[in-house]
Amino acid sequence: MRRWLTFAWIAALRFLSEGRMQTGFILGGIAIGVGVIVFMSAMLTSVQTNFTNRVLTSQPQIQLKPPDEVARPLRRDDGVVEAAIVQRPTQRILSLDQWQTVLSSMRARSDIVVATPSVSGSALAVRGDASRSIGILGMEPDDYFRIVRLPDYIIAGEPSLGTDDILVGIDLANDLGATVGDKLNITTGPGGSRILTIRGIFDLGNRGANERNTYVQLRTAQSLLNLIGGVTEIDLTVADVYAAETVAQDIGAVLPVKAESWIVTNAQFFTAIWAQTLSSLLIRSFVGLSVAFGIAAVLIVSVLQRSKDIGILRAMGSSRGKILRIFLIQGGVLGFLGSLFGSFMGGIALFAWYRLARQANGAELFPLVVEPSLFLFSALLATITGVLAGMVPALRAARLDPVEAIRG
Amino acid sequence: MADLLVLDGIRKSYNVGTPVETEVLHGIDLVMKAGEFVALMGPSGCGKSTLLNIVGLLDRPTSGHLFIDGKDTTSLAEAALTRLRGHSIGFVFQYHHLISAFTARENVIMPMLVDHGRPDAPMERRADELLDQVGLGKWRDTRATNMSGGQQQRVAIARALAMNPLLVLADEPTGNLDTASAQGVFELMRRFNLQRGTTFLVVTHNHDLAAQCDRIIDLVDGRLTGDRRIRGIDRVSRPG
Repeated sequence: MRRWLTFAWIAALRFLSEGRMQTGFILGGIAIGVGVIVFMSAMLTSVQTNFTNRVLTSQPQIQLKPPDEVARPLRRDDGVVEAAIVQRPTQRILSLDQWQTVLSSMRARSDIVVATPSVSGSALAVRGDASRSIGILGMEPDDYFRIVRLPDYIIAGEPSLGTDDILVGIDLANDLGATVGDKLNITTGPGGSRILTIRGIFDLGNRGANERNTYVQLRTAQSLLNLIGGVTEIDLTVADVYAAETVAQDIGAVLPVKAESWIVTNAQFFTAIWAQTLSSLLIRSFVGLSVAFGIAAVLIVSVLQRSKDIGILRAMGSSRGKILRIFLIQGGVLGFLGSLFGSFMGGIALFAWYRLARQANGAELFPLVVEPSLFLFSALLATITGVLAGMVPALRAARLDPVEAIRG
Repeated sequence: MADLLVLDGIRKSYNVGTPVETEVLHGIDLVMKAGEFVALMGPSGCGKSTLLNIVGLLDRPTSGHLFIDGKDTTSLAEAALTRLRGHSIGFVFQYHHLISAFTARENVIMPMLVDHGRPDAPMERRADELLDQVGLGKWRDTRATNMSGGQQQRVAIARALAMNPLLVLADEPTGNLDTASAQGVFELMRRFNLQRGTTFLVVTHNHDLAAQCDRIIDLVDGRLTGDRRIRGIDRVSRPG
């Protein structure tokens, strides 16, 4: 007997070790359950972290734009609206009013990390006989690349931009049969056309973006879109990415701009993440519940098997509380040990998945995020589940009438 | 000798308040002196075990008073009863009821462990001493399941004496043993009674063994029908 253990711990551990087969089977069951939970949690975290990182590093977290132009209905002197139908006006490319002031005030805010102006519009990219409609975005590379990590996605050339340079997506380059150093004729409606040289080709991992997105210097875009001195957006990143919508609403309330956060512009992405989280939570909850029922079932059988021992212990002067503790400890120990084995199994499964599930070129599908806290949390949760699952059998044991228990 | 055990009008009924209410004990009055070795005899179903359970504080009487060492136990709360039971009463059952998960030594330590909370060296020494006295010193590390019936019953006697109780209650302790083992177990209990002054109340059907007691009490249909003193009590006083 270990002298540092109390009576309840000694009895609990001895009862568990005596029923080896029973204990082994339930530990196996718990381990599989915890392993599934660990594996699913790590996969879900990795997938979501990867998706979120891709979304966050390929677009600003908040964009400030000029408010939409609206048509005011005609009113008579007495205030009555004269026209029954008010046609929605076309949205011209307009510069953000007082954008330097807005930019200064954004840079002064503590919850904003980077603020940079940009100009965007549509254009036509022509090379030889091929032409494609594109979106052109002019920006100041030093600041903008802190928001959109374009250099991370460059697969050919380099992300540096002169006034006559352009960065294009891999699919646009393919469509136009162009490569780094080739020239494109970029034509816009309001600003005419310019010949720009491809300095780099990027792959954002999205065909639409790779076909349409192009990046140029701010001044180049101002010139192409006939917005000299003006900008169409101010792009922001915030300290807390998940507070972006709150910050956007705050900005929209105090400045005459339309502030759109990534949370609103990627609503479908969030719906998918939410649905994935919910379904995973449900699966994990049911796995946890089945583990709890397994522990409870084994302990109830143990109480029945040990009713004579319980009666004897009660006859020796063991209180109901001590008997209760013996079975709660057994539940907790089963949960804890099961979680250790389960964490190990989950870890092995994650490692195996990471080694086996690869892209065609051998690269990883996405970076695996495995936090040590996941194992700690699983162990804690399994132990608490074990103790709670042990509650019913423990109460049953504690309530046994010693006379009946001894008589069997 | 002082009165160790006083039963005053003990009645026990089951299914109280229902149409099938059954009274098993019909007003038992009994006094046992400290140091007595008493045999309780009677046919099966006469209420011997019920009486033993009430005396052992495992069950409560429906009415009447039970005094142990001068203390009225009738009004005690369950926690106090449990404590008193652990400190004052040892049990030996027909089927020994050793805990199979533990060795002989650990079974003997168990009552002390229940009381103290953690094992220590004096507990182990006392268990070894008791096992030596019941002749099982060599078997101390053997699991209960690997011992013979007689050996297990000896361990159960050592366990019953571990807390140095005032009273040991034995419910047919030899009922499951062959004649030689039964005599050995009985002599062991008798030796502890004579040497240590521990009071014994032993339920038995064996007239030869009962004849070796100080006193024989007969219980028939829940009533005491006989109380014969065979010999006087001349014992050493109980060690503290």
